[in-house]
Amino acid sequence: MSKTRLTREQIAERAAMELPDGVYVNLGWGIPNLIAAYVPSNISVYFHSENGILGMGPRAKSGEEDFDLVDAMKVPVTLLPGGAYFSQDDAHVMTRGGHLDICILGGLQVSECGDLANWRVPGAKGAGGIGGAMDISVGAQKLIVTMEHTAKDGSPKIVKTCTYPLTAIECVDTIITDLAVIDVTPDGLVLREVAPGFTPEEVQALTEPKLRHAAKVPVMPLKPR
Amino acid sequence: MLSPLRIRAIHDKKSKIAMMPLKEKVFTSIDAAVADIPDGATIMFGGFGGAGFPNNLIQGLARQGARNLSVISNNCGTGEGELGILFKNKQIRRVVAAFPGPGAKYFQEQFDAGDIELELVPQGILCERMRAFGAGIPAFFSPVGVGTEIARGKEEREIRGKRYILEQALGADYAFIRAHRADHMGNLIYRKAARNFNPIMATAAKFTIVEVGEIVPTGELDPETIVTPSIFVDRIVQAAGKRYV
Repeated sequence: MSKTRLTREQIAERAAMELPDGVYVNLGWGIPNLIAAYVPSNISVYFHSENGILGMGPRAKSGEEDFDLVDAMKVPVTLLPGGAYFSQDDAHVMTRGGHLDICILGGLQVSECGDLANWRVPGAKGAGGIGGAMDISVGAQKLIVTMEHTAKDGSPKIVKTCTYPLTAIECVDTIITDLAVIDVTPDGLVLREVAPGFTPEEVQALTEPKLRHAAKVPVMPLKPR
Repeated sequence: MLSPLRIRAIHDKKSKIAMMPLKEKVFTSIDAAVADIPDGATIMFGGFGGAGFPNNLIQGLARQGARNLSVISNNCGTGEGELGILFKNKQIRRVVAAFPGPGAKYFQEQFDAGDIELELVPQGILCERMRAFGAGIPAFFSPVGVGTEIARGKEEREIRGKRYILEQALGADYAFIRAHRADHMGNLIYRKAARNFNPIMATAAKFTIVEVGEIVPTGELDPETIVTPSIFVDRIVQAAGKRYV
């Protein structure tokens, strides 16, 4: 039985399964940025970018870049048929106003009640930066956080109370990590799936708050590697 | 045709339309367009992700040398590019930004040394505070930042069972923006994601200076496609786009 945790690409692969056909989606920096590549070809998902793009397509091919058409990470992208351009304030009418169906962000910590911290490591050098994360977290109809289950020092990133500066309170619906899929519910955290090779007890041992779960927890339906 | 003069149609007593030239908005040089910016001015700068930055105006302001500036912009430059040159020259004292950015070398150095004051604002709230100012709304309640350090010192109120914080409108003396095309009156259209903050800032500053890729005769832009109407634009100068990586 393998004890290898999921790669970042596998976390993205699992997160892509949370996207139903026809949804409008915003993807944040980090692991979320890998998700678009795993959306099944038989469904349509419309990507939003905070700098004023809806219907954003894949990265532009080398030699075909248009530097007036970039995503929030400065990467030259494309526009799909039916796409639209608008200003940054309208982009955030869509985020804050609750018009996006699903948003997927990276995380530093998520608390038991769904508080998210994802913009600043305490004590880090420099000014930090919030970007669009606070507006997106507050407004998303459904907010999914993708992240490694534990920090570099091995400490849990899913905690009772966040100790890092908060992005938004009570905003996270689902956490997808290299060990598990966890839903935030009014009754606490529910372990929905485990990564191949891991038991619910092993996931619990690396998670600070109590995880509730069924007697048998399904394994993530990932493609074999 | 009266262009390059700004023209306005008014009805005379006989109901014929007279064309009345107003103040000239088109400047022929970047340096002339920024020559009168005073020390201590508050200036908004458009641009995001390398697109839509008024880089020619920024370079002009660096040559002009105004100091003690307060700036409002999503980020704080990329090396010497974008706003970077103004930080390198130590022309800036205070910043309002959403994401100063890891590439903002000169800003970060001066921030760490305590030489620059920073107000960090969630990006959509940065937009909305400017939009409110331009629309004559002095403050508004927002759900963004409730329970976070952004809420510190702000009035909180519960409205229909949800928590909100009071955000103040944000205006400026000047907006420096970039557009794709202007007519001689100052009607503007943008290009793709280079639009970003530019149209909002044009509404929120007392005086808006725009650099554009092309100036066309008045009447040539399709009125249905104009994004920034001329009322928001005070000065226009033509300049090829510059990009910094």
